[in-house]
Amino acid sequence: MATEILSGKVHVQTTINGEQVDFLAEPRESLLEVLRDHLGLTGAKEGCNNGNCGACNVVMDGALVNSCCVLSVEAAGASIETIEGVASPEGLHPLQQSFLENAALQCGVCTPGFIVAAKALLEENPNPTEYEVRWWLAGNLCRCTGYDKIVRAVLDAAERMRAEA
Amino acid sequence: MATVHIPTPMRVATDGVARVEIEGATVRDIVDRLEANYPGLGGRLVEDGQLRPGLSVFVDGANVGRRLRTKLQPDSELFFVEALGGG
Amino acid sequence: MTAGNGAYRVVGTRPVRHDGVDKVTGRARYGVDANMPGMVWGKVLRSPHARARIRGIDTSRAEAAGQVLAVVTGDDFPDPGAGEAEANESGMQSLRYMAERVIARGRVTYEGQVIAAVAAASVHEAEEAISLIDVDYEVLPPVLDVRESMQDDAPVILDDLHTETGGVFDDNPSNIAKHFIFEEGDVEAGYAAADLVMERSYSTAMVHQGYIEPHNALAYWNQDGHLIVESSSQGHFGIRDELATMLEHPKSKIRVLPAEIGGGFGGKTTVYLEPLAAVLSRKIGRPVKMTMNRTEVLIGTGPAPGAFMTVKMGVTNEGKITAVNVDLAFEAGGYPGSAVSAGCLCCIGPFDIENFRVDGYDVVVNKPKSHAYRAPGAPQAEFAVDALIDEICEELDMDPLEFRRLNASKEGDLRVDGTRFHPIGNIETIDAAVATDHWQSELGESTGTKRRGRGVASGYWLNGGGKSSAVARLNGDGTVTLLEGSMDIGGTRTSIAMQLAEFLGIPIEDVDPIVPDTDSIAFTGVTGGSRVTYATGWAAIEAAEDLKDQMVEGLADYWDVPAESISFDAGVFSQNGTSLNFTEAAAALQEDGLEVVGKATASPNAAGNTFAIHIADVEVDTETGKVDVLRYTALQDAGTAIYPPYVEGQMEGGVAQGVGWALNEEYVYSPDGRMLNASFLDYRMPTSLDLPMIETVIVEVPNPGHPYGVRGVGEVPIVPPLAAMANAISNAIGVRIRDLPASPREVQAAVANSA
Repeated sequence: MATEILSGKVHVQTTINGEQVDFLAEPRESLLEVLRDHLGLTGAKEGCNNGNCGACNVVMDGALVNSCCVLSVEAAGASIETIEGVASPEGLHPLQQSFLENAALQCGVCTPGFIVAAKALLEENPNPTEYEVRWWLAGNLCRCTGYDKIVRAVLDAAERMRAEA
Repeated sequence: MATVHIPTPMRVATDGVARVEIEGATVRDIVDRLEANYPGLGGRLVEDGQLRPGLSVFVDGANVGRRLRTKLQPDSELFFVEALGGG
Repeated sequence: MTAGNGAYRVVGTRPVRHDGVDKVTGRARYGVDANMPGMVWGKVLRSPHARARIRGIDTSRAEAAGQVLAVVTGDDFPDPGAGEAEANESGMQSLRYMAERVIARGRVTYEGQVIAAVAAASVHEAEEAISLIDVDYEVLPPVLDVRESMQDDAPVILDDLHTETGGVFDDNPSNIAKHFIFEEGDVEAGYAAADLVMERSYSTAMVHQGYIEPHNALAYWNQDGHLIVESSSQGHFGIRDELATMLEHPKSKIRVLPAEIGGGFGGKTTVYLEPLAAVLSRKIGRPVKMTMNRTEVLIGTGPAPGAFMTVKMGVTNEGKITAVNVDLAFEAGGYPGSAVSAGCLCCIGPFDIENFRVDGYDVVVNKPKSHAYRAPGAPQAEFAVDALIDEICEELDMDPLEFRRLNASKEGDLRVDGTRFHPIGNIETIDAAVATDHWQSELGESTGTKRRGRGVASGYWLNGGGKSSAVARLNGDGTVTLLEGSMDIGGTRTSIAMQLAEFLGIPIEDVDPIVPDTDSIAFTGVTGGSRVTYATGWAAIEAAEDLKDQMVEGLADYWDVPAESISFDAGVFSQNGTSLNFTEAAAALQEDGLEVVGKATASPNAAGNTFAIHIADVEVDTETGKVDVLRYTALQDAGTAIYPPYVEGQMEGGVAQGVGWALNEEYVYSPDGRMLNASFLDYRMPTSLDLPMIETVIVEVPNPGHPYGVRGVGEVPIVPPLAAMANAISNAIGVRIRDLPASPREVQAAVANSA
């Protein structure tokens, strides 16, 4: 599903937010670069480009990854979920609603990464403790909030989702 | 008479005096008379007819910026303060 | 317009912010997301040396390379001349130094200084191309320590820099750019009246603001001479004006678009990439986008100065301060202009002291040119004073909050600049701290190598006012579109809109605030100095008043009565027993063919000073030196809290940054002046696992200098954590920590040395 073509670029077929996507990329380009610069999915952000801030978090085949540390050709045949796929036509995801109501964002640039990461947490552990939330989100840097309202928002969303389930 | 507070590093020109009483209708009058009374002091406050870069004037507790034409009350209090930035 | 904290309808409530949905769905367009058709990428070559002369730059290999579209060096920019200009909220700056900080001219004063810039079709091609530029450096030994740089025999970093003291310049060049002095009373007499005089020295390291979004700029220089720039900054008018100065281009031909900004904290109040992208674009006739990577952000932008500080204080046995000397030496970086002046003005702000002398030195060293960082200068300076006070309280066996209350500054007391305090909430904040559950609680037992300690510290910040603009457009359905000039760095669209809604008596949901570009609203100063909710809020209130007055005029015509007979209360217009609510009035005026637009440019200058008290409990592992924060409470006087969740957010975020400053963050250098930890792996900012929930207490002593009593809130919460943490650690281990950060290595060494 990843085929090198004459220009030195590679043809990659992948699935993003449930839709089949084809793109051409240089082998050296990261998944984050392709999402942002080729596919217009700019919700994931580059904060450090070495896997230390989580601003570029996406889920790839069920695993939370830093897309800056994934080569785009590795996306071949994979299923990728980004922040753009978190809300549904019916409305915001409970995490998104909870972030808004708990004022869990200030500048908002780390927010997509936090929501993608927190969603992955709640899919694995629908009833996390405060410590478990802090542990899971320790790979996401936020410089504005001091994390207090983010942790509260995740705990609040978990409660809403358990109530709905 | 307006009370003028002389910035500490400029008190070398006033023999260490921190506050002086001076008559003046505007900030510019005050600067001119300070220079007349304490030669060299005016040049520390004003450069090419304008307040020296980096200084602001406070008149009666209000920052009037760099406006030398600001009018004074008979008993006004003047401060010359180094401008500074915020984050 | 009257002050007061009476019953508000909108002020003090917790609506969802207007820009929230875009930011939780990934749709918000930040500077790094900007793009244009035909866009290409720029990248810069940075100096690997901390101090050097540039003998020559040979760009021929790069220019000959197929993928390179353009190369620029300092020669492609106008000569800056010898003048000075008001920098975006950073005081006066030499044009030459500002220009060199954007792109070097003949000399290098820090590692990471820009030497040249290139444009290419992709970012990778541009990165490859910069390696084809050959630079001939004469490498010189760097000066990295502020004390070393102040020595008479230190190498002179800038041969055109002469020490200024009170408007007079020394004849010989020096690394000390400026000596500030503030003195009142009689310090020696104060010491003579003291029972205890203590003197200690303190230091803090250079630290970075650490915003998550790197700097960026997209520029398009149209063939008709119009320059369009989109970048994330804390003030698009400041970016426009700096570009106009640096490129000698008319302001009317520069349009700066305000992208969303992913954090700034003072670090995004000036140009870095914008002029480079603009000149590259002019050369090739295509839009050029540039972004920094994290290493470039750390070495190439404006961190907060490291500082060396000495404080001497006299007190009576009863704990009354009789005199103080504060000496502050700040690292400005490769060019002058540290925040030492604000450090001087803030250092003893929480205390009423009649006899003081404060000396501040702005000192160049071969590190990045420092820039504003949240309450610039105050965290360092107040750390030194508050840490000494903790030692004095220990010596006197006095409760540190009781000491602070006894010496608390209040209305009418002298400030460092010789002016006097307006009404302030210092004592109210101290009293609120005493009353907290945290302060009243037991610390808990230390066990074995896990030692517990508690620390408190004060914080003081000036807050700023200045020019802001707002335009309120009435729509026919009674909703209002609010244009406001302040870049929204974290919720201020809403805190400004709430003030407009309060005045007009309409629901906050009926106001839609937007931040337009520099062509579409009047000048508004930088988002900094904790000024936005104060000054731009003020402009919004004035715009609302203008809008209301025009509605009254229109209704006078509609009702055919004199305007004076119409009253306005809580969104309802009434005359002689007839009333129209706001929506009905808007519909009536629209039917009459009226277009109602209220506008205002305000320049309020009575921002209220603000105070904070923080309480920290820590547990120190004496074996590893690691410090855990067990509990943390932050209190501050916000004046009236317009938008409380975001006041709390500012307090919580300030604590997090301050705790990082205290415990882990620092620029680490090799002897030849290269930063050794220029990544987020090694420059260690607090994570969610490093912090507890942060308890916040908002004290509300309204500022009489604002219609709704606003003081700024954003900056003061970063001030107390340095001393609060250092005092708590000292309390835990019985050894004073005077040099920050109190990293595990430092704490472990302190414990070992005391054993």
